[in-house]
Order: sequence, then structure tokens, then C-alpha cells
Amino acid sequence: MSTAPLLQVNDLKKHFPIHGGFFGGVTAKVYAVDGISFDIAKGETLSLVGESGCGKSTVGKALLRLFPLTDGQVILDGTRIDDMPGGTLRPLRRRMQVVFQDPFSSLNPRMRVRDILAEPIRNFGLSKSSADLEARLSALMDKVRLPRDAVNRWPHEFSGGQRQRIGIARALAGEPDLIICDEAVSALDVSVKAQIVNLLQDLQAELGLAMLFISHDLAIVEHMTHRVAVMYLGKIVEVAPRRSLFGAPKHPYTEALLSAVPQPTPGIQRQRIILKGDVPSPINPPKGCRFHTRCPYAFDRCRTEEPALRPVADALGEGHVAACHLHDRPAADNPLAGAKGAALLAVG
Amino acid sequence: MALLEIEALQTHFRTPDGINRAVDGVSFHVNAGETLAIVGESGCGKSVTAMSILRLIPEPPGKIAGAIRFNGRNLLEASDKEMRAIRGNEISMIFQEPMTSLNPVLTVGRQIGETLRLHQGLSAQAAEDRAVEMLNLVGIPEAKRRVREYPHQLSGGMRQRVMIAIALACNPKLLIADEPTTALDVTIQAQILDLMRDLKHRVGAAIVLITHDLGVVAEVAERVVVMYAGKKVEEAPVHALFNSPRHPYTQGLLGSVPKLGSSLTGEATRLAEIPGLVPSLKQKIPGCVFASRCPHATELCTAVAPALEEKALGHVAACHYALREGALAA
Repeated sequence: MSTAPLLQVNDLKKHFPIHGGFFGGVTAKVYAVDGISFDIAKGETLSLVGESGCGKSTVGKALLRLFPLTDGQVILDGTRIDDMPGGTLRPLRRRMQVVFQDPFSSLNPRMRVRDILAEPIRNFGLSKSSADLEARLSALMDKVRLPRDAVNRWPHEFSGGQRQRIGIARALAGEPDLIICDEAVSALDVSVKAQIVNLLQDLQAELGLAMLFISHDLAIVEHMTHRVAVMYLGKIVEVAPRRSLFGAPKHPYTEALLSAVPQPTPGIQRQRIILKGDVPSPINPPKGCRFHTRCPYAFDRCRTEEPALRPVADALGEGHVAACHLHDRPAADNPLAGAKGAALLAVG
Repeated sequence: MALLEIEALQTHFRTPDGINRAVDGVSFHVNAGETLAIVGESGCGKSVTAMSILRLIPEPPGKIAGAIRFNGRNLLEASDKEMRAIRGNEISMIFQEPMTSLNPVLTVGRQIGETLRLHQGLSAQAAEDRAVEMLNLVGIPEAKRRVREYPHQLSGGMRQRVMIAIALACNPKLLIADEPTTALDVTIQAQILDLMRDLKHRVGAAIVLITHDLGVVAEVAERVVVMYAGKKVEEAPVHALFNSPRHPYTQGLLGSVPKLGSSLTGEATRLAEIPGLVPSLKQKIPGCVFASRCPHATELCTAVAPALEEKALGHVAACHYALREGALAA
């Protein structure tokens, strides 16, 4: 991308201390996010995928400065915000908003929809008069396809999907440039999920929003993203444009993830990679490559030396990076050299 | 004769504001050794159906009517004592939440052994030996050590394996799995589905799989029942259901799930939506339960409830307009 990205993240780290012992000192650390870098362009959707405990939600919360960072830089539109004091940061918070997973616990049950939506507008001083506020509320309800007069109702009067629309309207109230969707559609039923996914896509096209879409649902991610970053145990192991990632995964973990997703097509023949064992604990991540304990291709070097993220050759497109030693080997010895996506997903 | 035959099952709950018709006249059967999936969205009555089979519904406020015949015997007429002899022995169940369905203060071995001691009268030692065997069967490494561990010492995937071990300990003829992989990560889900497929061949139990995940259905089921608002709206062999769904709700469901690999084939970029919401189960709906959301609905649909009709061999659907062969009219 030629222009400066909207959001740039350099070597972000977030370690949580574990207190224990008689005096409650720090006895260990959870390496939830351990040095990750990525950027998001204006109007772009970057998806962060991975399994539970890989640190993807921690990344979202760290970007929003919901807790202090351990290390690293977060640059929003040219301004460093990771070490900014709270008061200076406040006006910038308007530009990054969030939609949470659970539409039942993320709305205050004692506030009417009107107050839920008006709060960010007032906080950021966006409306000049009460007539302007009303106009903004109506516009927000229109954007998320809810009836305008529903602003006077309470959250409990809405279904899960409608509540998620209110959550999205609240995120849009501050006129942000970037929305962080933390598993925003995961708790919804299939048919409602489709409605919300379509709404998010429409809003992005309409308002030119950038999105960080944090999800574990690869089919939804593929459907709506531009680029994908795959996380495993606090690290990004692969980043690629959508087609490259799904068509030619270059990290063994991505490959296994793709092959593990059940496809709604009975009787298809596909290449299956079933990973052995569980994700190791982020308190004591494995030495070397963090994935080597479960990797079907691991060799000696993987156990001692941690691979760095670097560009890999990919016939499907540019901008594909992966952290795997296999790519230092000649193509004949590299099981990830070709474009295997179609065989993993069993598409024509 | 089918292993399990469910006829006009009705499970209603009395609530302060009216009767909730969670399951309203559902019939289906399961043959020995077969895998039947029940799919539907939350609130469609699929879990209540499963709980009703084992009579795990508290009565009152619940009330189960109809017939549930297991090996020819109506479970609704069985005494509590007889039911206890069936639960965990001939019919067992795996629940969704491996975290909450295991007892945190008993070792894994005790929990697997409990059913064996109860139903087969094994001694404590024999039960523990069998527990180790079961843990080996479900692929837990170091079973001898693990058998003495507590649930909190195991990961989510391991706990679900323990649940499966408990369910299979007495070699049941029917296993009811209520969303067995929903709480698990994809790579762990793949392990558990693989294990269930493998065990099915070895143990030969019939499985009733309850899920909302159409991908899981396509991978493991042989026949599928689709439920909507307490009713069965369609039933078909798995290939027929996915290849030529007859009911508009099933068609809508299949259209709203993106397929992995869509970016490679360049398929449509917009998901199909089913507009509107599931109707309240507290009102009696005179016509088709899906009419309020159906793109093909006519006056006939809102007035007269469609009967389940056989549209093709083994393929039934409750829709006035679903054609006997080929796709929907309109």
C-alpha cells in the first residue's frame, strides 16, 4: 500500500502477571500477546483468526487501550497512542470503536436504546443541539436497519440479532474510522449471523470503515475479509490476502485449521490434517517455533530456533508472509510449496 | 423394527404467561447403528427433544406427551426405577459443556466407574481398570495417571473425551450427543468428530446428534431432521437434504452459511438472509410455523398448517409448495 496505513502495530506485547505465594508476588507471566506487528489500511478489513487462548481478543483490547501495554507501538493515523496519557487519548478513542461478542451483556439493561446511543455522541461533543442529536439517533437506527421509534425501548425488548445491531449503532455513533469486531457474530444463530454479516459489509462499503475482525469462524472470515492474520499462542504465524491464505496456506497451522473446518457438503473427499494434542499453555510457551509440539512437519531446527515472519513465494498473489522454517528448504522438501488450499477445502 | 421410535412427541412447559410449546408433535425414528442429526437454531426444540427421550425434563412445569418407544417399549410409561436402569446403560448422553457436566470434586476414574458399578455391579478395582481401558479407547494418553486426576486438570478437549468415555462405558445402544463439539476449538472439534466416527464403527451404537452446525451434520450424519419452532419441517438422507432441500427454511439455512473456499471459486458475495424472527412458542400458530418468514408464503400457508408429505424416497417436508421432485415452485 502506497499511502500510510490507518493503524500500525509494531511488536505489540501484553503479558499478564500471575500472583501467587504468601505475599502475592508475581510468580509467572501469561504471554498472551508476545510481539506482533500488522497494519490496517483505510477501508480495509483485516481478520485475526486463531483458537481460544491464542491472544486475539487481547490484541483487540490492547489496541483500544483497555489496559496498559507491556511493550510495542500502536500508531493511529500517524499518531502514537500506546504511551499517550488518558486525557490526550480521549478524543482519539472516538476513532476506534468496538463491537463485542455477547449482545446480552454488552448493553446496559437500565439504559434505553436512546441513551445507549446518545452517550458516545455527547461524550465526544458531536451534537450541537437536541434537534441534531435526534437526527443523529434516527440516522443511526436507519444505518443498522432498525425502526426509528425503537430508540425509546429497553435492550431486553430486543432479540439477540437486534441487540447486536444496537451494539453496532453504538460503535458507529462516534463516527469512527476503525471498528474492532471481537467475535461480533459468533454468539448468533445461523440465519441471524448472515443478517449481521451482510449489515457489516454494507456499512463498510457505505462509510469506508476499516475493520479488525476478530473471529474463530474461518468461513465467515473468508466471506468478508480482505486480509487475514493467523495467530497461535500469542504470535502471528501468517498474514496474507484472502485468496492467498485460503488458496495457498504457507504455515502448517493454517493448513491444519483449514482442513479441520467441517464443510456443509456431505461426502466430499478432502485432505485431512488432524493435529495431535492441545494448545500448550501461554504461561510456558514451547522453545523454538511455538507450533513445533503439534506440527506434522517439525524438524530439528524448529525445536531450537524461532522462525521470523518473512515474505514467502506465492503464485496467487503478493504480500504473503509466514513464520516457518520449511520455506528455507528446497521446494521438493517443502510440503507447503504449492497451492494446496483447494485440496484442503475440497473445492473445484 | 427401529431402535428408537418417537411418535407425536409434545413437550410443553407451563409458564406464568402461557404454555410454551417447546416441542409440538415431532415424530422420527432411529435405526440401530445409524447416525441421525437434528438441526435447527436456538429455541427450535432440538435439545428439549433430546432431554425428553431420557425423561430429563422436570415435570411439572414440563409435560411430555406422545410416545417414545425404545426397543418397542414406551419410555413414557416406564417407572422412575426402570428409567434409571436405562439412563447411562442402554441410552446415554453427551452434553455440550464439558466444563459443567463433570463433577469437579470426583476423579475422572470415579466418574467413569460410577455407571459401571451401578449398572454392571463391578467392584471398585474392576471399575477403575475398565475406566483406564475407556480412557485409552477415547485416545487420552497416559490413561493410568489421568484416571486419578480431577476435571480441572484436563483441557476442554480432554474433558469432552472423558464425557464420551462415561457415555460409552456400558456399551449403550443409543448415544444422544447434544452439541458435543460446539464449545470446542476447530482443531479439537476435528479430533472429537474423528473419534466419534471411529468409535461408532467399533462400538456400533446409534447416535442422535443435536447441532446447529451444518458442517458437522454433513460430516457425520446419515439422516437429518430439521426442526423449526418446535416442529419437524423436513427429514431426509444427508445427501438429499444438502443437494435438494425441499423446505424453504432448510433452503434458507443452507444459503446463509458461507462455504470455505468461496474466495477460490468466486461464488456469490452476499449471504442469503432469512428475514424476521422465530415466532413465539407461546401462541398457537394456525398455519405453517415458517409462513411469517417464508419468501413463498401465500394465504394458504397462514391459514392451513402443511402436513409432512413424502416428496421423494425417504425425503419428507412440511410445505404446501415443495414439489415432489425437483426444486421449489414459485
